[in-house]
Amino acid sequence: MLGLTRKDFQLLLIVIGLTMFAPFLLNPFPETSALAQFNAGYPDLLQRFVIFSIFAIGFNILFGLTGYLSFGHAAFIGIGSYAGVWMMKLLTMNIIPAILVSILVAALVSLIIGYVSLRRSGIYFSILTLAFAQMCYALAYSVLTPITGGETGLQLRLNDPRILGESVTEAGNIPVPHLFGLETRDSLELALGNWVFTFNAGYYIAAVAMILAFYLAIRLFRSPFGIMLRAVKSNQQRMSYTGLNPKPYTLAAFVISGMYAGLAGGLMVAMDPLAGAERMLWTASGEVVLMTILGGAGTLIGPVLGAGVIKYFESIFSTINRTVLEGWFAFLPDGLENVVISMIYPFVGKGWHLTLGIMFMLVVIFLPGGLVEGGQRLGRLFRRRGKRDAAEGDPVKPAE
Amino acid sequence: MGILEVKGVNKRFGGLQALGDVNLSVAEQTCHAIIGPNGAGKSTLLNCLVGKLIPDSGSVMFDGQSVLGRKPHEINQMGISRVFQTPEIFADLTVLENVLIPCFAKRDGAFRMHAIESVDQEPEIKAQAEHILEDVRMLEKSAMLASALSRGDKRRLEMAMCLVQQPRLLLLDEPTAGMARADTNNTIDLLKEIRDKRGLTMCIIEHDMHVVFSLAERITVLAQGSPLVEDTPENIRGNPKVREAYLGEAQV
Ligand SMILES: Nc1ncnc2c1ncn2[C@@H]1O[C@H](COP(=O)(O)OP(=O)(O)OP(=O)(O)O)[C@@H](O)[C@H]1O
Ligand SMILES: [Mg+2]
Repeated sequence: MLGLTRKDFQLLLIVIGLTMFAPFLLNPFPETSALAQFNAGYPDLLQRFVIFSIFAIGFNILFGLTGYLSFGHAAFIGIGSYAGVWMMKLLTMNIIPAILVSILVAALVSLIIGYVSLRRSGIYFSILTLAFAQMCYALAYSVLTPITGGETGLQLRLNDPRILGESVTEAGNIPVPHLFGLETRDSLELALGNWVFTFNAGYYIAAVAMILAFYLAIRLFRSPFGIMLRAVKSNQQRMSYTGLNPKPYTLAAFVISGMYAGLAGGLMVAMDPLAGAERMLWTASGEVVLMTILGGAGTLIGPVLGAGVIKYFESIFSTINRTVLEGWFAFLPDGLENVVISMIYPFVGKGWHLTLGIMFMLVVIFLPGGLVEGGQRLGRLFRRRGKRDAAEGDPVKPAE
Repeated sequence: MGILEVKGVNKRFGGLQALGDVNLSVAEQTCHAIIGPNGAGKSTLLNCLVGKLIPDSGSVMFDGQSVLGRKPHEINQMGISRVFQTPEIFADLTVLENVLIPCFAKRDGAFRMHAIESVDQEPEIKAQAEHILEDVRMLEKSAMLASALSRGDKRRLEMAMCLVQQPRLLLLDEPTAGMARADTNNTIDLLKEIRDKRGLTMCIIEHDMHVVFSLAERITVLAQGSPLVEDTPENIRGNPKVREAYLGEAQV
């Protein structure tokens, strides 16, 4: 179906289902309960889930297939964002041109950075990409201030030309990003009993982009080109003795993953029309590495899982502060309450990185294949147990 | 004039003269064997032919063109394929995918970006890959990971990857080492068959004299980096110098 095998098509359907119903699925706790804290079904976080999924899916095409670990991919998100904002400043608030130009500019820049960085492999490649990304960051932060807005970032202004649109709305405001009139910040709220579900236009636009990106990634993984990329990772020597130059294949993968990052950057702008240099910081580049490895490098769904888990931790765990903890453990006697809180506190709130770090370590040590491997092991366990139960429950077993 | 002409090739590794003034001429559509004791420089000679090593001096001509100074993939595109002493395969890929890669590379090795179509949409290429796997009797293992294969099977896989390229010159570095007797005989038959069908030129390094005498039309004996003699199998068998240098150990 759609050029996919049965299994891949099922995976695609699952991803479509999950993204389309995410506003429900990620809001399992009633608004009034104490657990509402853990709800993730609000537009801002949902948007980040899918946008960073796109980023990680693209990164995985390079890292998961060819094994080249880029440590500077955030540069392409940043560059995509700047390009997107400029399109909104100059042309129109419609997000389509902004996103297309984001992808295009990211492709151009990744072609240059990739061409130079891929002269080396292994750790030298990683360092080169890191150096390029930090250069981009430094340029954006200071030297190129007229283009990037420097420290304050690039924002829309009331005097932007916007050739195909209006500079100012009738009410005297800066216009907002839209898709042919559908504003990305538009939301539909549905109250069911104690639950409130929010369906945000921007989220659904980004989700469709993510599904498309995921579909293309499946096709690419299964294509002859995908086999070539895995060959690059497996044995470059054999590749050259088969008459193939590994370089153009790796560069193509680099540019494709750069374009995915550009798409992510463009979508960020479409949700919220501003861009800042911190998007290109090395921590952002490291984050996508974590996402991919945490979920399972080289697997299709892994990067999506990794992006989801990390963004969830970042948004949910970081908001659990001392007051929240005190609320939870109020039922304990005072002395004990303080002990428990002081034990948990380092791992939540500002310390969410600690929890994430521990989890990352556990996954890398015990599940080298990432969360996907964890899922596969669980699946196998249940299947085996299911089989054993069936065998034990078999009444017509011959006595001898 | 042979299709492969090696003249005065020298290669030193520090103080070790791995190759000293090696001359070799391989006539088109023949099988030329290179034999010699361990460390004689046989693999080093092949490394100089495929661009893995650059000789210190001398010339290597293939079909009238120099191979020196060309990159390995360019040399392969000239029509030289090589089976390595320790199998060089794509260990993380399945057996079928291993063979698909040379099929997609075609002879020219040009960059082709079939990023959207699936492998199943290229039936001729898949058929070609399956056909060669059948020839080396590995079709039933096509879904296996290459890293899980036995040493002999890895070699046969590598040979399939080389043969499917339809090379003009096939270099084989101990192709039957680690193979069971039956597989060795099967390999000999396969190489003979392909030579008769397509006119393949072969250069084979082998310790197994059964293989050498079944395939080779000419034999060069290499000892300590220099060619000792070059002659027909019959004469080599009777040559006392060769017996001393090499065959004595092999008990032929
Ligand atoms: N890259 C290298 N660097 C240093 N010395 C090398 C290198 N390659 C080979 N040698 C040395 O050159 C000599 C010839 O090695 P070579 O591998 O060509 O022998 P061979 O005839 O293929 O032996 P065998 O039958 O064991 O495969 C050996 O002494 C080896 O140690
Ligand atoms: Mg050798």
